[in-house]
Amino acid sequence: MNQKILDILAHVADPEVPVLSVLDLGIVRDIRMQDNGELEIMITPTYTGCPAMDMIAANIRMELSANGYVQVKITNVLSPAWTTDWMSEEGKQKLKDYGIAPPLPKQQACRSELFAEQAVQCPHCNSYHTTRISEFGSTACKALYQCRDCKEPFDYFKCH
Amino acid sequence: MNDFLFKYILHLADNALILGHRNSEWCGHGPALEQDIAITNISLDLIGQARNFFQYAAELKGTDTTEDSLAYLRDARDFTNLLLVEQQNGDWGKTILRQFFMSNYQFLLYNRLQESKNAQLAAICAKALKEVTYHLKWSSEWVIRLGDGTDESHSRMINALHDLWPYTGELFIPAPYEKQACEEGIAPDVSELKEGWMQNLINIFDEAKLPVPPKAFAQTGGKTGLHTEYLGYILADMQFLQRSYPGNKW
Repeated sequence: MNQKILDILAHVADPEVPVLSVLDLGIVRDIRMQDNGELEIMITPTYTGCPAMDMIAANIRMELSANGYVQVKITNVLSPAWTTDWMSEEGKQKLKDYGIAPPLPKQQACRSELFAEQAVQCPHCNSYHTTRISEFGSTACKALYQCRDCKEPFDYFKCH
Repeated sequence: MNDFLFKYILHLADNALILGHRNSEWCGHGPALEQDIAITNISLDLIGQARNFFQYAAELKGTDTTEDSLAYLRDARDFTNLLLVEQQNGDWGKTILRQFFMSNYQFLLYNRLQESKNAQLAAICAKALKEVTYHLKWSSEWVIRLGDGTDESHSRMINALHDLWPYTGELFIPAPYEKQACEEGIAPDVSELKEGWMQNLINIFDEAKLPVPPKAFAQTGGKTGLHTEYLGYILADMQFLQRSYPGNKW
């Protein structure tokens, strides 16, 4: 993908988890410069109903426009479906530093049995002695956990 | 435009929208904060899925049809959602059981649709399936928790079962547009999904100590626009703004 454009998009943050850029999230799937000078950005939604997607598209447009790209088309692509495995390692570290437990790798976690809990590491004290409070958290992409050692509740960015 | 395809996509959209709307009525009323958040997150997923289906249907229809005109400007007779999803929320047990019936169904249906030869439908369903998998897990856990909980929670689940069971038969009786979608190789035969649905239900009900109900008379009509009295009230609530202030935007 076009490095110059990528450098610009690195400044567009996820409005719900502002520590992550759209690149960290892995939602920018392709960048195409058309012959007529139009710049097409292909993005994919994290969750189908994620209310941040419209704002993300608007922010991408604004950031590109501030850098001189005014003819911009943003296209939503659904396939292949987004997975947390596309999140950058740097993004996962940023999440942890921000106090959100990063998603476990898909092969290790996604198919859990009923009532099963995944060993999610507490982003505050690094303990694995944690418990799930709710499968659904403050946003579609997060679950709510609590650490049994330091007692802090925390968000876990669900493996998806 | 393929008329059956438009109708088929609209049916999938209506199921997701109406169930999403019903669940959203719990917003601020859930039995515990975490579960209030869970049910409204499920609403968000369902309404997001409905949007994808509506956008595709609008594209098929062309002219000035939009996702919004399909959601907000059709009357009850034009909605083809299942009767099950429009049933009243009742207590938490009834809402949970309705969700479990529907997630169990959507899980099997989307699993097949993600391999549809219609690429757009396959893409929407592959994505939706990931979310429905959560819904199925969450609602299964709750059916077990309530069924095998206290005498009170158990009896409420039995009541919910009595209320909702007659509406489950419709899931597996194909409407003309479903038959045609199946013949064209775009969708599975819904009657074939029944066995897997029942098997999963038996597994969960066994653990939940709930009786598997015998075969019952199936209430039908939703798929062809003949609804219970509840849908009109849902639409009155959901469509009020666009009906009173046409074209109004955020």
